[in-house]
Amino acid sequence: MAEEMRILMRNYGKIDPLNIDDYLNAGGYKSLEKARSMSQKDLIEEVRKSGLRGRGGAGFNTGMKWNFSYSAVADQKYVICNADEGEPGTYKDRLIMENDPQSVLEGMAICGYAIGSNQGYIYCRGEYPYVVEILNTAIQQAKEKGVLGDFNIEVRMGAGAYVCGEESALIESIEGHRGEPRFKPPFPPVIGLWGKPTIVNNVETFANIPVILEKGADWYAGIGSKSYPGTKLMTLTGDIVKRTFIEVPTDITIRQLIYDFGGGIPEGKKFKAVQIGGTSGGFIPETLLDTLIDFDSMAAIGATLGSGAVFVMDETRDIVDVTNRITKFFEHESCGKCSPCREGTKRMHEIVDKINNGLGSATDLDLLGRLGTVMSKACLCGLGQAAPSPVLTTLQHFRSEYSNKL
Amino acid sequence: MEMVNLYINGKEVAAPTGSTIMQAADLAGIEIPRLCYDPDLSALGACRLCVVEVKGNRLLPASCVTPVMSGMEVFTESPAVIEARRTILELLVANHPLDCMTCDKLGACKLADYCYHYGVKESPFAGGEKHQYKCDDSNPFIIRDLNKCILCGACVRACEEMTGQDNLSYLYRGFHRKATTAGDVDYAQSDCVFCGQCVALCPTGALTEKTMAGQGRRWEIERVRTTCPFCGTGCNFDLAVKDGKVIGVLSNPDSPVNGRSLCVKGRFGWDFIYNEKRLTTPLIKKNGQFEAASWDEAFDLIAQKFNAIKDEYGPDSFAALSSARCTNEENYLVQKFTRAYMGTNNVDHCART
Repeated sequence: MAEEMRILMRNYGKIDPLNIDDYLNAGGYKSLEKARSMSQKDLIEEVRKSGLRGRGGAGFNTGMKWNFSYSAVADQKYVICNADEGEPGTYKDRLIMENDPQSVLEGMAICGYAIGSNQGYIYCRGEYPYVVEILNTAIQQAKEKGVLGDFNIEVRMGAGAYVCGEESALIESIEGHRGEPRFKPPFPPVIGLWGKPTIVNNVETFANIPVILEKGADWYAGIGSKSYPGTKLMTLTGDIVKRTFIEVPTDITIRQLIYDFGGGIPEGKKFKAVQIGGTSGGFIPETLLDTLIDFDSMAAIGATLGSGAVFVMDETRDIVDVTNRITKFFEHESCGKCSPCREGTKRMHEIVDKINNGLGSATDLDLLGRLGTVMSKACLCGLGQAAPSPVLTTLQHFRSEYSNKL
Repeated sequence: MEMVNLYINGKEVAAPTGSTIMQAADLAGIEIPRLCYDPDLSALGACRLCVVEVKGNRLLPASCVTPVMSGMEVFTESPAVIEARRTILELLVANHPLDCMTCDKLGACKLADYCYHYGVKESPFAGGEKHQYKCDDSNPFIIRDLNKCILCGACVRACEEMTGQDNLSYLYRGFHRKATTAGDVDYAQSDCVFCGQCVALCPTGALTEKTMAGQGRRWEIERVRTTCPFCGTGCNFDLAVKDGKVIGVLSNPDSPVNGRSLCVKGRFGWDFIYNEKRLTTPLIKKNGQFEAASWDEAFDLIAQKFNAIKDEYGPDSFAALSSARCTNEENYLVQKFTRAYMGTNNVDHCART
């Protein structure tokens, strides 16, 4: 049986998150010290070599991203920690921030040194007010200890918009504008917050940085899958025995995740589907459970690793009904800036709702397929591009459930 | 200028470095449809009608905001692109009143033009919720029917970027997103200065000139270029003329001074043309009463009086004050007349101080 591997959660339950001394006694901020003794180029190369890829969902090589900002010439650069953890069923960033906030601050400060920035922001989900308090306490303590040096960190709070987890919408929100995505390019590492080079990384990504510096890029690159090394913090929800979080190397299969770590389906029921990576993740049927959870393996089956949320559905679940609720969610969370998302999420929900109520016809299924395909290619940002994924994958793998309702 | 070579629909084209795909296509004479793009406004990339296929890109990027790269292979009318455009138009039409037969904008409506081009007659997405906004008829100049708004944001950007009034923004999110005034009040209750730039740039019938309502379809209108008579700025625009009668003012992008910008007076203040109280002949005061006279009579009288003054009191007894509301040519003639004929330098202009 595969075993859990706690790298990110190495201090979980062992330190008092509100006492920086505990973190320091556990070796905290030694990595920042080490980073500052390196040249910026060597530091970025070390992060790149580790193979760490962004844990927010897009999976871009972190060192390469940092290099874009490092190479950009500007009088000011910014580091943003994306803590707008809005994916339903996801709470891994909250766990990190609640239990080891200093590891995130240290990761941000290392990034700040690497790219040449003295200002960081943590954009924290509005529904996590107590996490904001923890972060502010942690920042205060780090400032008092002087461990951050000239790197300053401020917390900004979201106001409940799912789309603000998208990095450019997040930047707009910090700037005080409506939380709406910008078109790309330019990408934030070159033109970001207030037009300056900006690194936006996920909480989990930053939390990985100190340990990579401590133990070395080669050590990290050797963990888990080659193309997506390291561990991934996963949150198990839905029809699964152990509804909890786990940290696993990325070379395990979905089946191991659900049965070995999650204890399988409760009450002896059969598995029907699992949605991984958040509410825009694809639905995965039994036949694909032996897929590895790493980014590229998941992408190859039309699914995502995304945020690491694992939402399991047993045989009693009505796939069309579940999908209908998801389409309602996206209709609600579309910012409305681009037309295919604004109008498309609305009509997608209307059509799935119609089918769910037994009023649909076969042409509606074709229409859903066409609408979903167009949205996934033509929408402005990741929200609209990913929103049709649950519809398209359920049409692909669970079409009979739709047909039975026509 | 440094150029980049790329391929559009298999044809090799050159475009300046930093151009967008749309600009490169425009240069090469390849048409790409667009709703939110406007050359006078900042880029938005939101309508997505200008999407194109780029080899190696799994998405369909918006050509208005995607920079060209050397060797890039672009397809502007591939099956995937056409399907995306048709679907987007169907989505827009599903939430749009199909009263084109009475819409004043038909003929200048981009939505209708593109639906025609892509054969979008009916929307498979119709039958669901549609906006039911009250039409804003609160003022004498602009009819604002947001049921016809496709949220291209041209009005919002025009108000902020061209006029600097910043009276418009977006309210609500998603399907309920609305381009409107602060507090969603009618134009009359807002900080609107009625310059009408929003009307000039609106691609659909959402914003129309009230004076032109029901007066004529766009293809019936003759456009007569003229210079605004109100002040000395020298703005140009087109008079919209139907059956020999002015029914409105339309921006002309080729106006060297003002582009498509106008103020409330230039765009909407032309109704004096047909005012019954307007003077139509010179008037000469006889026995304490003004009486209608011919231009010959009037000019004879002026010449006689001017000459008499000059003969009796000398050239410097005369002074001319001209107006910024006259054209440059007219002002030139005033000073020429004053100096060359009257023989004095006593000439001044209201815009001097």
